[in-house]
Amino acid sequence: MSNFVELWVYLSATPLFGLTATLVVYVLAQAAYGRLKQAPWANPVLWSVLTLAGILLATGVSYQTYFAGAQFIHFLLGPAVVALGWPLWERRAELRQHWRVLLLAALAGGVAASGSALALGWAVDLPPAVVLSLAPKSVTAPVAMGIADKIGGIPALAAVFAVLTGMVGALCGKYLFDALKIPTQTAGWRARGFALGTAAHGIGAARALQVNPDAGAYAGLALGLQVLLASLLIPLVFRFF
Amino acid sequence: MMALRGLAWLLALQSVGELLARGLSMPFPGPVIGMVLLLVVLQWPAVREPVAACASFLLSHLSLLFVPVGVGVMTHLGLIGQYGVRILVVIGLSTLIGLAVTALALHLFREKNDV
Repeated sequence: MSNFVELWVYLSATPLFGLTATLVVYVLAQAAYGRLKQAPWANPVLWSVLTLAGILLATGVSYQTYFAGAQFIHFLLGPAVVALGWPLWERRAELRQHWRVLLLAALAGGVAASGSALALGWAVDLPPAVVLSLAPKSVTAPVAMGIADKIGGIPALAAVFAVLTGMVGALCGKYLFDALKIPTQTAGWRARGFALGTAAHGIGAARALQVNPDAGAYAGLALGLQVLLASLLIPLVFRFF
Repeated sequence: MMALRGLAWLLALQSVGELLARGLSMPFPGPVIGMVLLLVVLQWPAVREPVAACASFLLSHLSLLFVPVGVGVMTHLGLIGQYGVRILVVIGLSTLIGLAVTALALHLFREKNDV
């Protein structure tokens, strides 16, 4: 028994633990998601995060120790943001043709999401640093961290808010779009995907990609646009206020 | 091999992006500049196949990449205990508003312009 404890103490302190746990839990969550016919509430990010946080809290392994291994996965967010150029480039003909409408929708959605988060956060009396960390929440986590840092928010908190935002979008998007009577043919799927990429970044886009290829492509497009718009506009707006 | 070559491209562009972001103190994060540079580099056909292979792999598993940061929620349990409900309400409502505004804007404009 003491051998087992020693072994666990050794294993849980190596980077191997965080990396393996993240991958294994995610693969299982993804399999369950498939089994449950991709029901929005079975979102693999949500369940992976809850399971891993539960394991860490139950075993007393610190987040720092876990992250020493998980950082290898986290690191890939950088190249993934660069890779977002690919869906933009693939759809360059459509972009060139409809750039006014798409840009307008992306701007309207980004401003609505950020503005309403700031206004609501201020209205319910959250501390200023928390409110500022809410501003970039509809942008993908690594970019949100950079923006929060620039405007006086807390980067780690901004990342968590971004992940929560993505999960809300992935969980509720379908029901909201159905209620708004956004149709489920090509143009409707594009609007649904574009909205998910704009307001719920990578996690929303991942959901869109699983549901419909048109929705997925437009989500990728919206995600790339939102990254550009938010990292340009949010710091600029805060410089003037 | 193609995907590996693509990853080399993505990392190289991200590095150039970081250099430009820091060197010229540009307002964009390094990876975002890397993304814009990718659009430039893709004009060159030899880059397309490797980048496509790597990008489609990375982007199809995009949600996995958010898990390590997401688990970081546990380090803010104090803050969440104090403000959790309010934060969740704010994030929930503002996300729904953002989704609705974007979807409706695109849907209405598209109908009008017959896009």
